Amino acid sequence: MQFDSFSAFLAMGGYGFYVWLAVAFSLLSLGSLTVATIVKRRQIIDEIKNKHQRIERMRAAEKMENTL
Amino acid sequence: MWKWLHPYAKPEKSYNLAGKMLPWFALFSAISLTIGMVWGFVFAPADYQQGDSFRIIYLHVPAASLSMGAYLSMAIAAFIGLVWQLKMADMAVAAIAPIGAVFTAIALFTGAVWGKPMWGAWWVWDARLTSELILLFLYLGVIAIYGAFSDKLLAGRAAGILALVGVINLPVIHYSVEWWNTLHQKATISKFDKPSMDTDMLWPLLINLLGFGLLFGTLTLMRFRNELITRESHRPWVKKLFIEDK
Amino acid sequence: MFAVFMQVIKRELITAFRRKSDILNPLWFFIIVITLFPLGIGPEPNLLLRIAPGVIWVAALLSALLSMERLFRDDFLDGSLEQLMLTNTPLGVIVTAKVVAHWLLTGVPILLVSPLLAVFLSLDANTFTATFITLLLGTPVLSFVGAIGVALTVGLRKGGVLLSLLILPLFIPVLIFATSAIDAASFGVSYAGPVAILGAMLAASVTLSPFAIAASLRVSLS
Repeated sequence: MQFDSFSAFLAMGGYGFYVWLAVAFSLLSLGSLTVATIVKRRQIIDEIKNKHQRIERMRAAEKMENTL
Repeated sequence: MWKWLHPYAKPEKSYNLAGKMLPWFALFSAISLTIGMVWGFVFAPADYQQGDSFRIIYLHVPAASLSMGAYLSMAIAAFIGLVWQLKMADMAVAAIAPIGAVFTAIALFTGAVWGKPMWGAWWVWDARLTSELILLFLYLGVIAIYGAFSDKLLAGRAAGILALVGVINLPVIHYSVEWWNTLHQKATISKFDKPSMDTDMLWPLLINLLGFGLLFGTLTLMRFRNELITRESHRPWVKKLFIEDK
Repeated sequence: MFAVFMQVIKRELITAFRRKSDILNPLWFFIIVITLFPLGIGPEPNLLLRIAPGVIWVAALLSALLSMERLFRDDFLDGSLEQLMLTNTPLGVIVTAKVVAHWLLTGVPILLVSPLLAVFLSLDANTFTATFITLLLGTPVLSFVGAIGVALTVGLRKGGVLLSLLILPLFIPVLIFATSAIDAASFGVSYAGPVAILGAMLAASVTLSPFAIAASLRVSLS
């Protein structure tokens, strides 16, 4: 353990601002990339579901027309 | 080898394989990043010259080396896609480019934040920083051209060509910038040219490097799967995947 | 094959001379940009000499970028590009001819007006020679590398801005070595080294880029 207390850990020997700025930026950008990827996956899956449901409905409608 | 590899050229197979590998990559990257970061930020000794500001190295160096590694792997995927006309290799190019751009941005940002207390300026036209900036431009070009084509099959091939042109240019750019730098930089900044690192500092760095590499793998697999189901959305196997399990 | 090569060049030159503004406008732009710098910075000869290499080359890059689009755009729109691709001559030969013609129409005029630069930016004879040599070796590299970007973006409706984003980073090595050669000349030292590297870049881009241009055109036209 290099630091005596938690506040010393936060201070980073006087360089706290720079170190934590770097950490925050890295976490933020990697985090948002991950979240964006997961959200994108959800969107794609929803789109696929909608698309195939639409196809199903169109088929059903076609059948109905034929029987009428 | 081709006989063994061939089944994986089927989109369905590689989607499932990527899905199987994904949790392991995520798990091991989380483990090694936790160990590496805690070790690096809490237990590693402070640098005798730079004090605690050197701890930025645990973000900066892995991000910087991964930014180049990602470009190389993107170019390899582009080459495979171009030579063997493998659609999935082009998808890998599209999947990797944004991740590489983010790693490059992290490397640049942490470099600037590290530079402020060490060199007294947020930005210096240091050779490595400059070539990293140009690398970011190259990534953005690949992303831009991929987004510009509405036909994603063509977009993948165009992005692949650009990635390959970039990878041929990259060493030229790197050496020209280095040479330009030695020509122009009168005030030398050689604080980083230390002969060796303390092992207590080096170990967490290596573990973080591994963690970033695995994180890169995780994100690539995730984005690759996204690309795959977007482009194959009309195919029956994709439909089966999401419709019949409700 | 050589006959086709010459024929394509001839055709390019004829069509270009029918529309002279395509050649003149980038050149005009080049001269205006160079004029703006002394007006913005001040007419002090030493200062001008100091910034001259960068000014000349950045202006050359931008004007090359302006003229780049016409390399394939018109032929793409009227369909003659597809016709050229259907001939039994390798596509690489045809695109090389087109790029050479493009350089004759945009690079050579810049070389011709370069004595004017020497007057504007108060270059001495030695510096001017260096400038001329770097422009002679460097502008074909710009044409060849830029053509890859044009071939990639020709099928896109809003290709213009994208084109500059794609190819300007690739121009950086040319910029670095050309300006440092001129710099060296202005200090009176030998500039053979950077000029040799520019020559190597020219050789590499002439031999390698036709393949990339041809592959990109096949993507854009499929």
